[in-house]
Amino acid sequence: MSEFNGEIRKMMIILSKATLENVYAAFVLANGARMEGIEAEIFFTFFGLEAVHKKKLEHLHVATVGNPAMHMPTLLGGLPGMEALATSMMKKEMEKIDMPDVHEFLDILTASGVKLWACKLAMDMFHYKKEDLYEGVDDVITVGDFYKQGAGLGTHMLFV
Amino acid sequence: MEKQICGKVIHLNEEGYLTDLNEWTPEIAEELAKEYNITLSPRHWEVLKYLQSEHKNNVPLSIRKIGKSNVVDIKEFYALFPQGPLKISSKIAGIPKPASCL
Repeated sequence: MSEFNGEIRKMMIILSKATLENVYAAFVLANGARMEGIEAEIFFTFFGLEAVHKKKLEHLHVATVGNPAMHMPTLLGGLPGMEALATSMMKKEMEKIDMPDVHEFLDILTASGVKLWACKLAMDMFHYKKEDLYEGVDDVITVGDFYKQGAGLGTHMLFV
Repeated sequence: MEKQICGKVIHLNEEGYLTDLNEWTPEIAEELAKEYNITLSPRHWEVLKYLQSEHKNNVPLSIRKIGKSNVVDIKEFYALFPQGPLKISSKIAGIPKPASCL
């Protein structure tokens, strides 16, 4: 710790969900790290893989069920079309604050030097191939590989 | 806080940003850049001038906007000003620290 005086040098972010609010949280945190000169890497695992799946990344939704911050009765949140409605409302708000869509955000992250890793176990489970993924994904790696990436002082890990 | 650079007294806030763009000169920019081990090239100057003109037009700066500026792309922006391009370039350009998360 003493070498960097407790300074954060690298953020290792694990994204395990593909709901829009979680994907954006992970992306904003990674981008914000790079803007401060902090290294950032994202490990996409389980449903988080959808955020880098070419065919799925444009169609991510906000969770309307099981999301207390929606202030919506669970039954109502489960009605057909409710997720799409909440998603389109959120996307409109995000446009207003100049938030990029998922694909453009991935382009910004890779241009900023954020490393993107796909979890091998989850890839096998969902029968995804590397070709199915966004072209900026660095590689398909194991948990152990990801930990190795995070070696060194001043590394922090975050599970989203 | 006051600082003397190139024989001129300039005013900086606690984070080292100029509090008055009128005090800025290219020589001061070169001195500020040295603190980050940056030697200003023609490409750096193009970016700095763009930042200053956006600031004068009250346009809030973000990485995304700079990427779309046609002045510099994000990759080159990071290469020109490593260790936090938006903050460092703003400091060298003599404009306030951008309050942006994007």
